[in-house]
Amino acid sequence: MSVSICPSSSAPTGDEKNHEALDRGVQGLDAADRAIVLATQAGLPLVPDPWGAVGREVGMSGEAVLERMQAMQASGVIRRVAAVPNHYRLGYVANGMTVWDVDDAQIARLGREVAAIEGVSHCYRRPRHLPHWPYNLFAMLHGHSVDEVERQAAVLREHLGEACRDHRILYSSRILKKTGLRLAGARPDAASTDTERRG
Amino acid sequence: MHCRAPYFQAQDLDALDRRLIDSYQRGLPVRTRPFHTVAERLGTSEAEVIARLERLQSLGVLSRVGPVFDHSRAGASLLAAVAVPEAERDAFAELINAAPGVNHNYAREDQAREHGYNLWFVMTAPDAPELEARLGALEARLGVPLLRLPMLEGFHIDLSFPIPWAELERI
Repeated sequence: MSVSICPSSSAPTGDEKNHEALDRGVQGLDAADRAIVLATQAGLPLVPDPWGAVGREVGMSGEAVLERMQAMQASGVIRRVAAVPNHYRLGYVANGMTVWDVDDAQIARLGREVAAIEGVSHCYRRPRHLPHWPYNLFAMLHGHSVDEVERQAAVLREHLGEACRDHRILYSSRILKKTGLRLAGARPDAASTDTERRG
Repeated sequence: MHCRAPYFQAQDLDALDRRLIDSYQRGLPVRTRPFHTVAERLGTSEAEVIARLERLQSLGVLSRVGPVFDHSRAGASLLAAVAVPEAERDAFAELINAAPGVNHNYAREDQAREHGYNLWFVMTAPDAPELEARLGALEARLGVPLLRLPMLEGFHIDLSFPIPWAELERI
């Protein structure tokens, strides 16, 4: 199999159906929150008091920055504050986007089960576009080799059983763009491109 | 962007480095002097923790130390794909990359199909109406239909993986 292997994808997320939830989320961030997001999305300053350092950058106290970070974590805008590994550098050099045509009546249960299978990072239900795109379940697989990703996909195929009518594996052959901008639309034209990050 | 083999030696990362990565990829304490708390837990000094995080970042082992945001709560975004002729893929990719709001663009291969969706990208916007406006504008510019794949339900958001330290030492 002649595919080249590339760093894995960051979370592609979207939600067209639930506009209200999105709008609430956007409205939940005020200007100060947005300033903090922009100042921290490429990483915290590695100093004893990172909140104070961010605060000096955005014009507020370190205590205020910390309180807002905690509030954003509580509301789910921030999933976690973490040491984010570059999984590609750590041996996860193959990624395959697997797409599955799964029985709608069982997808809620099967999605949760697939998400727990080893090697799966993201797992989403997305709409079909019939007739050319029948796939409604996406699972991103990560492994140390294409062979390992193929084995993981075989495990998924077996688990889905008769509920699955068809599937494909799409390997990334090239990353054409990957930006460090995570606060969507805040400064879309100032997006800086970096070589690898994990969201 | 390009692909590179790991350029650090796993042997260069000692037990403390590995514990830092293994323990804190799931989350750092969001409180006053976070690295001091980490140092106490690991039985070392705050300065040592900071120095090691700096080194792990400079080695590229850590992408960053900081917040991981939930895109869907910080704005609107959508996964989209187009099927374009292989010979014109670079030209289409340039148009996509130049469009405001595009933050990922991957060339993907479907080995089972000759003419499948081969450019996959994520479009972002401050809100849903602006997202649709950006998608519509890009679709018109490309002249090919976009496959729009909004997330309807997310089943998994944990992105931590066991790091295969022993295996890495053989690379």
